[in-house]
Amino acid sequence: MSETAEKVKKIVVEHLGVDEAKVTEDASFIDDLGADSLDTVELVMAFEEAFGVEIPDDAAEKITTVKDAIAYIESQKG
Amino acid sequence: MPDAPLADAPTGTLMAGKRGLVMGVANDRSIAWGIARAVAAQGGEVAFSYQGEALEKRVRPLAESIGARLVLPCDVTDEASIDALFAALQQEWGGLDFLVHAIGFANKDYLRGRYLDTPRDVFAQALDISCYSFVAVSQRAVPLMQPGGSLLTMSYLGAERVTPHYNVMGVAKAALEASVRYLAADLGTAGIRVNAISAGPIRTLAASGIGDFRYILKWNQLNSPLRRNVTIEEVGGAGLYLLSDLAAGVTGEVHHVDCGYHIVGMKNPDAPDISTV
Repeated sequence: MSETAEKVKKIVVEHLGVDEAKVTEDASFIDDLGADSLDTVELVMAFEEAFGVEIPDDAAEKITTVKDAIAYIESQKG
Repeated sequence: MPDAPLADAPTGTLMAGKRGLVMGVANDRSIAWGIARAVAAQGGEVAFSYQGEALEKRVRPLAESIGARLVLPCDVTDEASIDALFAALQQEWGGLDFLVHAIGFANKDYLRGRYLDTPRDVFAQALDISCYSFVAVSQRAVPLMQPGGSLLTMSYLGAERVTPHYNVMGVAKAALEASVRYLAADLGTAGIRVNAISAGPIRTLAASGIGDFRYILKWNQLNSPLRRNVTIEEVGGAGLYLLSDLAAGVTGEVHHVDCGYHIVGMKNPDAPDISTV
């Protein structure tokens, strides 16, 4: 697992208070991990701070799974 | 960006024996949370109100972290809900020393583009929740207050001047600032003070609804006299002052806590081209 993936999963576990085993790459924040719409905004803000990247609204709307988040952050970090 | 001072709330007894309601905490980035912490660190007792389950589950742990016992629901668009909140406070506490109103709402589809395009229902809702609700809660808070009581609400520079995307929210905040003045005049003889803080942009949950918010933050950081953005701890400190007896002679005021940005008329010549940063 890449360093980014590990860090993303750690943030998700901490923010949503879910079991680490449930945070697979295919897990959907809302459907699988019980996130509400405010959680998704808070997660994006947490990712931005942790990785020093900017996630604009249109990109944030497309980040619905753990995998989406990892892919977007990695694409921004180059 | 240099670190902001006041990373932690200074402790003391400025608010000892005072009890108040803080409305509008959403999470630990909320401006209202910065004020609640500052007040609690000075010995004040705080009750919180929230709207809906999603916010309740966020507010409750924060309230517990500062030993707050009262966490109550309130929908400010519903008169009965406001009545129930203040009835509960009266029953629990018998009185109230301060109130913090940090509530606003506008349909985010209209917090971008032109103000000209604002429909009537969007306007009415924004003004109702962001401005009238302060009047509505003040109506219930005042009978519970003694001389020395303090009411505080939150505004933004977009009330005074045009800022991009703020649109109907700026108009609502202008009405809110005018309400602060009229309420201050009404309540002065009762010894109750009414003020607003006009905070600089802060990345809160609510701010995520404002178009291009990052641009606004960056612009303020590069062009404010202090060359940075304000923190919720700093707004908390100013809120503490306005709620405490330190500000006993202050009412009807809109106090800017924005690293000085409100005095700026033009871009700082040292600030880089913002499109490249």
